[in-house]
Amino acid sequence: MKNLYLIAFLDLKESLRAKWFLVYSLVFGGLIALFFIAGVTESQVMGFSGLSRLLLMYIQITIIILPIFILITTVRSISGDRDNHILEYMLSFPISLKEYYWGKIIGRFITVYLPVLLAMIIAIIFGVIKGASIPWSIFFLYTGLLFALSSSFLGIAFFISSFVKSSEVALGIAFFVWILLLAFIDIALISIMMSNRLDEELIIFIALINPMEIFRVSAISLFDPELTVMGPVAFYILDTIKQSTFIFISIAYPILLGLGFAFMGFRIFKKKDLV
Amino acid sequence: MIKINNLTKKFGKNISLDNVNIEFNKSDYIALMGANGAGKTTLVRSILGYYHPDSGSVEINGLDPIKDRVEVLNNISFVPQLPPPIKLSISELMEYISKSTGVDKGQIEYFSNEMKLDIKANINKSFFTLSGGMKQKLLIAISLARKSKIIIYDEPTANLDPKARDDFYRLLKDNQEDKTLLFITHRLEEVQDIVNREVYMDLGKIVSDKAIII
Ligand SMILES: Nc1ncnc2c1ncn2[C@@H]1O[C@H](COP(=O)(O)OP(=O)(O)OP(=O)(O)O)[C@@H](O)[C@H]1O
Ligand SMILES: [Mg+2]
Repeated sequence: MKNLYLIAFLDLKESLRAKWFLVYSLVFGGLIALFFIAGVTESQVMGFSGLSRLLLMYIQITIIILPIFILITTVRSISGDRDNHILEYMLSFPISLKEYYWGKIIGRFITVYLPVLLAMIIAIIFGVIKGASIPWSIFFLYTGLLFALSSSFLGIAFFISSFVKSSEVALGIAFFVWILLLAFIDIALISIMMSNRLDEELIIFIALINPMEIFRVSAISLFDPELTVMGPVAFYILDTIKQSTFIFISIAYPILLGLGFAFMGFRIFKKKDLV
Repeated sequence: MIKINNLTKKFGKNISLDNVNIEFNKSDYIALMGANGAGKTTLVRSILGYYHPDSGSVEINGLDPIKDRVEVLNNISFVPQLPPPIKLSISELMEYISKSTGVDKGQIEYFSNEMKLDIKANINKSFFTLSGGMKQKLLIAISLARKSKIIIYDEPTANLDPKARDDFYRLLKDNQEDKTLLFITHRLEEVQDIVNREVYMDLGKIVSDKAIII
């Protein structure tokens, strides 16, 4: 166990020094700053205002860019260390593969989750200073959703990392996964629905296996459907499934998905040659 | 101590180890030699449990280096052919090593000093920013500090200046008693005073294995 924390801790320290981490933090922190500068909290558009509106905008952008950030920064973690012979040396010490792999995941998780969470907390603090009221339920929901989204894409990234032969291929696959999931957000689903006359259940099913779509629908689930532009799939889902049930699914499912992929990645990591 | 039974390892169609049988025991100090691509590194990596053999087995004190990885690696010090571009700082790397193996950091410092590497002056530098020779000195210092029963070196002296090589061979001679040393090298004359057994490989096979009378 102590090795697990050791590896997580060292990976975290290494990431905090890396340039990509700086860019990563600046993007999410900058997003919040930009919203405040643009006066998002002051304007009234379509009935919702203040911090809730800011958080909604933040989360909607995060849904799109967080996955690709996680994928490209993480997908090379194991394959990259294998490529440049770091594994050959670091694994010559008496550390179990379990501790090494899961330690890396824990370290990476903290690295990717903390900046997006901190950006949101900064928004709240700033909002309080400006005298806005705090939408606690939205804040907690988004904290959970970001946690779930980070888990699912981290799991997918480690899975890809465990079996690809080279870092370039890993990047390519990561990009493909992201585009694919993105393409299946609402627009593609609707056109499929329209052109093929598929039954609604199937559409909902396709929508619900995509963590990005789940995340998107869940992010607007606390708002009044009259006020939000949510798209027909989201509307249908929220109309069919009980709100609390859906919110539970939207957090539990991506976490389980991430864990599942991470586990498969571990199985492959153990079964394959290490260097 | 190390027993290799009918070990075959292929990469695609390429047979890197072809039914290798050999034993290395306590107080064997072996120079492992052979042309580029002979399979020396592949053999060493199999001993470390990195490769899943196509057939045959590796036993280290009766244990399987893959299944019993932690117990096996507890007794092995290893220096690879190329120092890897580890991003951790020297102090973080030392923490990784001392926490995972229980070796005292003072010992690593002691052997670094003996290798004329000033650890204190470089403690917060990233490992990959050290010069090639400095990296090798540190890895050698770590390998000696661990006082493992089995020491495996895969051409560890490529970047060392002549003075550093002398230091290294002297330290090794003083510290190898009752151990197993497996030393891959292309220069037998350099290790002549240290080794007592010469093993040659070619095309994935052991082609010669003889004792050297010192
Ligand atoms: N990961 C790998 N994938 C494919 N082929 C490999 C791999 N590792 C080694 N080989 C092949 O196995 C053979 C033996 O390689 P190995 O590295 O064991 O040689 P070596 O004796 O250490 O050579 P050198 O003196 O150049 O270090 C070579 O033909 C090499 O191309
Ligand atoms: Mg080699």
